[in-house]
Amino acid sequence: MILEASNVDTFYGTSHILQEISLSVGEGEVVALLGRNGVGKTTTLRSIMGLSPPKRGSIRLRGKEIAGIPPYEVARLGVGYVPDDLRIFPDLTAEENLEIARRLSGRDGYWNRERVYELFPKLSDLASAKGINLSGGEKKMLGIGRALMANPSLILLDEPSEGLAPLVVANLVDVLGRIHGQGVTILLADQNLKFCRKVCGRGYILEKGAVRFGGGMEEIWGNEEVIRKYLVV
Amino acid sequence: MQSYVHVILAGLSNGMFIWLVASGLTLIFGVLGVLNFAHGSFYMLGAYGSFTVLKYLGAGFWTGLLLGPLAVCAAGFVVERFFLRHVYRIALPYQLLLTFAFVLIFDNLVKIVWGGGALSPPSLSFLGGSIPILGRNFPVYNLFIIAVGPAVALLLWALLEKTWYGRIIRASSSDREMAASLGVRVPALFTGVFVFGTWLGALGGGLAVPYVGLLTPGMGEAIIIEAFIVAVIGGLGSLKGAFVGALVIGVMSAFGTRFFPSFDMFLTFILMGGVLLWRPQGLFGAAR
Repeated sequence: MILEASNVDTFYGTSHILQEISLSVGEGEVVALLGRNGVGKTTTLRSIMGLSPPKRGSIRLRGKEIAGIPPYEVARLGVGYVPDDLRIFPDLTAEENLEIARRLSGRDGYWNRERVYELFPKLSDLASAKGINLSGGEKKMLGIGRALMANPSLILLDEPSEGLAPLVVANLVDVLGRIHGQGVTILLADQNLKFCRKVCGRGYILEKGAVRFGGGMEEIWGNEEVIRKYLVV
Repeated sequence: MQSYVHVILAGLSNGMFIWLVASGLTLIFGVLGVLNFAHGSFYMLGAYGSFTVLKYLGAGFWTGLLLGPLAVCAAGFVVERFFLRHVYRIALPYQLLLTFAFVLIFDNLVKIVWGGGALSPPSLSFLGGSIPILGRNFPVYNLFIIAVGPAVALLLWALLEKTWYGRIIRASSSDREMAASLGVRVPALFTGVFVFGTWLGALGGGLAVPYVGLLTPGMGEAIIIEAFIVAVIGGLGSLKGAFVGALVIGVMSAFGTRFFPSFDMFLTFILMGGVLLWRPQGLFGAAR
């Protein structure tokens, strides 16, 4: 397993957000965290990244305990993070946003600027555009590209399909397939079951900060009761 | 005409002093989001440090300017690493209270070490004297200060815009969580930026030694108020704003002193009030 979280409890102040969450992601897998708004998907990713450190429980990356270590150390261990609001540095150009990730990681690998531009051809035209001037879709490409530039072994993707038109979602499925094809493990949080079914092999369903169901995507897709209970809005 | 030129030159040199202090204040606010009231104390400590090197170690001007502010960096390190770091995420008034506590601590420290009386720095052989400009003498040292201000501005611009560390600093100042998620050791970076900002304030103090005539405990308070005004007029966090604001305040204050001596500071506050009414975010600040 590349990632194993067991009995993770995370609090925001006095609010108990994650309640004994346990999940695992194997090398080369694409795994989904599913659930409605506010069930703890983002907090789970933030806890893994070290941005919202758990109060209790264990998170292991390739066997090494990472619960509670600072985010910069988690990043240096090979975890990439694409938050839902992307958080592109507004004052830096698109190219600087990419370059900063590569240089900070200190890792060379398959992903470099050329490969990212190959994946997102539009980004090469926007190389000198400041982050603040990019559209939502362009920021999404740059956010994923920036994470790839660090050549991570695991990427945490928060709500990648959120706010995208169906045609763009189809393109994202293709992009994530190509990234996965290069051996990158992906843990993504999303509400779009159809999208997750196309991209992921397995999934966990969260509700009220706890894992309620885990299984293959086809198993989830075929379980109407689970879908109605935990996913349908 | 001759009189106006001299007033402008005097205003520019005064403005550049304020800029040197305001630059560190602005850098620290822009990157760390902390309004450091103790920044004037670093200016004061820089002056006393350089004075000590000049007077008691018998070293030259440049050595004093190098060693004095460098020693103050240690104080900046202690303040950020052991105190300020713990109040980044809490409300601004607590930051102001903490940094104001350091103003009192450093003022008393200066009284204990150097005494409560005013100290008179040794006269400068280097950069001393005056040269005639339009028929009237103008101090050479003040011209030197007028040149140092833009040089520091250029250095800061190059550091932030043209270097790798500048990119990291800009990225971290806009989003410290995301920067950390990419591998930036943000706490260490912030300590570095704070110490650099401290150095800028202390450098202003070191440069003030031959300029101000007398060194007194509490000399930092007068300049921090002017630096705050400049930072607010320019737009909190904007270095360009602080530079322009310092020039405007320096020159306006010089005209006030020359032509309306009773209303000198009054004019400065009127200008600040006017700018805040017209553009609450300051001349170059981003609207919030």
